[in-house]
Amino acid sequence: MALGVVVAVIKFTSQAFFKTIFKLLITVNFLTHSFNSLAGTLPVDTVDSLYHRYEGGGMTIDGPFILVRKSVGNQFSLSGHYYVDSVSAASVDVLATASAYTEERTEVSAGVDYLNEKTLMSFKYTNSEENDFTANSAFFSVSQDFFGDLTNFTLGYARGWDDVGQLGKSETEDADRHIYQVGMTQVLTKNALIGVNLETITDEGFLQNPYRQVRFIDPGNTARGYSYQLESYPETRTSTAMAFRGLYYLPYRASIKGEYRYFNDSWGIESHTYDLLYVHPLDDQWIVEGKFRYYSQTQADFYQDLFPFKDSQTHLARDKELSNFSGTTFGAGISYELGQGAITHIDRLKFTLLLDYIQFEYDNFRDVVAGEGLAVGTEPLYEFDAWVTRASITLEY
Amino acid sequence: MKLYLLMTILLSSLFSLSGCADLKPWVKPYERNNLADPIMSLGRHGVAGSYVHHVYQARESARGAEGGAGGGCGCN
Repeated sequence: MALGVVVAVIKFTSQAFFKTIFKLLITVNFLTHSFNSLAGTLPVDTVDSLYHRYEGGGMTIDGPFILVRKSVGNQFSLSGHYYVDSVSAASVDVLATASAYTEERTEVSAGVDYLNEKTLMSFKYTNSEENDFTANSAFFSVSQDFFGDLTNFTLGYARGWDDVGQLGKSETEDADRHIYQVGMTQVLTKNALIGVNLETITDEGFLQNPYRQVRFIDPGNTARGYSYQLESYPETRTSTAMAFRGLYYLPYRASIKGEYRYFNDSWGIESHTYDLLYVHPLDDQWIVEGKFRYYSQTQADFYQDLFPFKDSQTHLARDKELSNFSGTTFGAGISYELGQGAITHIDRLKFTLLLDYIQFEYDNFRDVVAGEGLAVGTEPLYEFDAWVTRASITLEY
Repeated sequence: MKLYLLMTILLSSLFSLSGCADLKPWVKPYERNNLADPIMSLGRHGVAGSYVHHVYQARESARGAEGGAGGGCGCN
């Protein structure tokens, strides 16, 4: 009501001003929501195949990622994916307390999308298997276009349940997860669209890595001055992330995307992510792009690089992912596309190569491998670089 | 005088609500060429885009609001 009065007064003042304000009100309204894909159409039939490789910090992880999607009639689209991570691990955490190892993770999913006029409903079940870890999730979302298809609103919910095992032990631990998503996109002008995503996740159960350890000062250990004990995480965690995005078509044929995400959780971690992407077509077939990303976070309340003594607090963690750190990414990509008519029965064929370089710098996680022999607590701060390669062939039919 | 002011505001509110109903989508279908260009797609890289979210989720504490439909990577 109060809003109506304000709007009324503005309308009495100026009709043009009112229209501007109303657009702003709609903008503010969707700042509490988010954006996704177009809801008024089914996803296109596609075979999307990717080779991915991550290399850095002693880890090499690569494998295939294949997604197949096929529509059935005008209202249904079926999809499935197959994903593999082949891991060769010799990271600083592994080398400090264990030996290098290799393992494989395989993930599969099956999904269905149902379109009814401007409403798209999606369901997907995903299973991920490792030799000591199983993760399952079921996801449901409803997406709706309205206001002349200028606005898209999406609600999503997912439930996840994990079995966390440990090699050499028969019993497993459980972890449950609930994910709530809300999103909205809005076409602002014929050259600009913006959107917001909000996502809350709650976890309950065994949330730590069963192999990782924390170190504490131990005068009895004369060789290095510290010893290790198993880490201990809280059994619950709730996190909230909110992202704002904007995409703008430049006066010549090119686009620029900006993104900001704020995150916090019940473990005391707070983070900011900034993303910038520039996409520049060279002609109808070749497109190049460049990206920059900066991420920073504060540590979890129960994180310490070096605890003062054994069992010094209830919850203990020395995972570098829970420390104070930042990551900077520079990325470049190129794609080549053959459009409709180039190949019979194929609508589109696209080849893409993307290369990212990431630098991680830790503010309170020390490199005990490089600092071997130095006084405890004076080891150099850890940092590492990583290369991420993605090579894909996307076929639409 | 107060009643007069109150009535004015209430009537104005009603007019403004009817004004809302007149609000039309301001970008017409024939003006959406640029928006339909693939370079204006939020998910231009398909699974390659999903994969990079997974890369960051495994190495950073932040999670969620990446913008694509999903439901978590199931890979913690």
